[in-house]
Amino acid sequence: MGARLDSAAAGTANYVDERTSIGGFFKFFARKLFPDHWSFMLGEIALYSFIVLLLSGVFLTAFFVPSMTEVTYDGPLATMQGVEMSEAFASTLHMSFEVPGGLLMRQIHHWSALLFTAAIVTHMARVFFTGAFRKPRELNWLVGFTLMILSLAAGFSGYSLPDDVLSGNGLRIIEGVTRSIPIVGEYISYWIFGGQFPGEILIPRLFTMHILLVPGLILVLVALHLFLVFLHKHTQYPGGGRTHKNVVGLPLFPVYTAKAGGFFFVVFGIVALVAALFTINPVWNYGPYDPSPVSAGTQPDWYILFVDGALRLMPGWLFDVIPMEWELWGYTLSLNLLIPALIMPGLFFGFVALYPWIESWATGDRGEKHVLDRPRNAPVRTGIGVALITFYVILVMEGSNDIIANLFHLSLNDLTKFFRIGIFVIPALAFWITRRICFGLQRKDRELVLHGKETGRIVRHEHGEYVEVHEPLTDQERWMLVSYEDIAPLEIEPEYNDRGVRRKGYRWDRFKQRLSRIYFEKRISPVTPEELAEAQHAHH
Amino acid sequence: MSTTENPTSHESADNAPESFQDPGLPYHRPRRADVDPKADKKAERQVAALFGLSILGTIIAIVSYMTLKMDGQIESIRFTNMAIGFGIFLAMIGIGLGAIHWAKTLMRDHEMVEERHELRSSDEAREGAIQNLKDGAEDSGIGGVKRRPLLVGSLVTAMLAAPLALLWPQIGNMGANWNTGEFAHTMWRKGMRLTRDPEGTPIKASDVTIGSAFHVIPEGLNDLEHGKLEEKAKAVVLLLRLDPRDLNLQPGREDWSFDGIIAFSKICTHVGCPVALYEQQTHHLLCPCHQSTFDVANGAKVVFGPAKRPLPQLPIAVDDEGYIVAQSDFHEPIGPSYWSRLKHTSDGLSSDETDGSSH
Repeated sequence: MGARLDSAAAGTANYVDERTSIGGFFKFFARKLFPDHWSFMLGEIALYSFIVLLLSGVFLTAFFVPSMTEVTYDGPLATMQGVEMSEAFASTLHMSFEVPGGLLMRQIHHWSALLFTAAIVTHMARVFFTGAFRKPRELNWLVGFTLMILSLAAGFSGYSLPDDVLSGNGLRIIEGVTRSIPIVGEYISYWIFGGQFPGEILIPRLFTMHILLVPGLILVLVALHLFLVFLHKHTQYPGGGRTHKNVVGLPLFPVYTAKAGGFFFVVFGIVALVAALFTINPVWNYGPYDPSPVSAGTQPDWYILFVDGALRLMPGWLFDVIPMEWELWGYTLSLNLLIPALIMPGLFFGFVALYPWIESWATGDRGEKHVLDRPRNAPVRTGIGVALITFYVILVMEGSNDIIANLFHLSLNDLTKFFRIGIFVIPALAFWITRRICFGLQRKDRELVLHGKETGRIVRHEHGEYVEVHEPLTDQERWMLVSYEDIAPLEIEPEYNDRGVRRKGYRWDRFKQRLSRIYFEKRISPVTPEELAEAQHAHH
Repeated sequence: MSTTENPTSHESADNAPESFQDPGLPYHRPRRADVDPKADKKAERQVAALFGLSILGTIIAIVSYMTLKMDGQIESIRFTNMAIGFGIFLAMIGIGLGAIHWAKTLMRDHEMVEERHELRSSDEAREGAIQNLKDGAEDSGIGGVKRRPLLVGSLVTAMLAAPLALLWPQIGNMGANWNTGEFAHTMWRKGMRLTRDPEGTPIKASDVTIGSAFHVIPEGLNDLEHGKLEEKAKAVVLLLRLDPRDLNLQPGREDWSFDGIIAFSKICTHVGCPVALYEQQTHHLLCPCHQSTFDVANGAKVVFGPAKRPLPQLPIAVDDEGYIVAQSDFHEPIGPSYWSRLKHTSDGLSSDETDGSSH
């Protein structure tokens, strides 16, 4: 039996290989090594929740009717009897209340969408803080960045499909923001909505975008993202035997096939459990879209909240005297919309996208980096990352300021005024504090290397002195603490050469040098063997 | 502190090396299942049990689907959901945990090392690539000795222009009539009654007590065959009555209200949400989306938040039967600002003179 199976497998393999030369592929991939660390699973969660999205989404398309044609509800839900609604909303109710497991699939889909975006952002944070975006991975950072933007587009277009009053108001905000774009805004709005808001064509258009264009692009870019991961081989955390020139880990087949493949089922299982237990987006409580009602205390999905927060934060009148909506030569420039909803996200995301290059200008390093940084060993980068997150979190908090005000019995207006200043001050403070913490941790590492670990054992010397016994670090422990790169600020060639001629490209070099000083002027160098020997000498 | 035995620290300060040496891969400790056949057998049974759990979950999901009936009530739906969802949870997590447990206890955990190769192609490959491209350019006339700039130039121009052949008609059709002047007008007309949202019943001035607020739609909105939501999105109004002593009438608008009854557009001038929350004590209207706050007693001017302009006021009067009616359309475009708003505002004013009874 076994022998026959073997020969059948060999026959199949031979058949396929003679037509595809897939043998070489398996020889190359099957035992490819991957390093092990829990933080490498964040990207996997994003990938797997995307697969769950595809699976549950196919089910939803079997029942959803992407149409804005008005119908009168005539289903089992008593509260909606006789209410006029779009077919999109009616079919959402139908699949929730009359299709067994339909609501479950909707909830699986919505929860995995939230998990998808959250996992992408967390994965990006991991890549950022460990410096995994450095050469040769800058382009893959951009691919990942684009995937993040696409995940927002996928999320928002899907959120709007049920055509409920909450998502409808969200679309109205999008319409208002679109209109604020100078010169072409009102035409872009007509282009998107097929005329005046809300129109009768938007849901079908969003549907195509949501089930075809955006997921198609995501699939292509995921393939590219993973191809580059294979090509570059995975980064690894520092440790004994791990260098920029090797990869230490376990083989794809069978270890990571089992671990990563198994992890897909874990992610799917947990999403299913959450979807079974916790209701999300109960559109039957909100009702179909109607331009008139709106309710307080309702929030969009988390990934959009920061834009909503920025819109709330921006004053219409600066210091109550300077209008933030300018009327110039008979035309209106709505800065109170443009700044929070377009310029701020543009600058924020632009900075994130370009960050790998900004840092490479500062280091001036051209080598490939495959060993990750411990965040403390890159204090300025870590500080910038924490400042960005703080900035984002303040906007998210401002986006939920009504809920915060209610919960802590604060004045809504005071909270907004506080955040208006806080949005500038707190991220700067966060940068400074984080950098200080990183330096502190680096000093502690030096301390450990130089004097060893405290043991808690107190010994009395013959002459009466009490000392605590310190236990020296093992080679592996020490290597972890001393093996980071000690980068000095860039040295550049002088502005004029010896013949007094001004050098081309000097300004650019000087910019890079200034940047480099911000990064590396103040730094804590790792302990050298010489320092260690001196410290040990001093103890004798 | 005692000295330690390691390759670096027993050297004296004078001849210490420049930097520490990589100690190499750490010592690999075998797991219990690697050395104890019993532990190995136990792990195997655990993995099989987890896979069994998955099969049980599949059965639970299918049986729940087949047996549980839904009667359209939220409770029964929740229960069905929970049962099927719990089945799917077990079906998935059993496979997942089983596979991971298998990998962690029984598969290799002794790390291996693989060399990396620089991503840069070899010089030889690069030269070959450049040569091939040069040959190709030479063959085609894109580059090389016999260049054909006319062909390159005309091809590039054609390629840049060709997408327009597709996009122009496509985009041209996507914006309907492109008449953004529609922003400037609503269906309000002289003599049109203010009616309750959503019923559409007219409102008598005597119904509006001091401190009350009415959500208002124009008379006849509900009868529109087409474009009902579009008209509603522009025409919704809030009707309020203040003590006339509290109301500061704005210059030029002294006759736009009636005995403390005053009507404002419900669409926020910030980004277009309905301004739905009225604080009776302070006469403030609050937009729940971004918290622009308007002072009704002072011409709905902005007192807080991101909006810059006051809410447009709808001039109202009372007809012979005592019902509240509009005097005209709004005198400016309602809702958020946009590039040519001021242009539309002057259009809006001129169209005021003509009072049609409907669109």
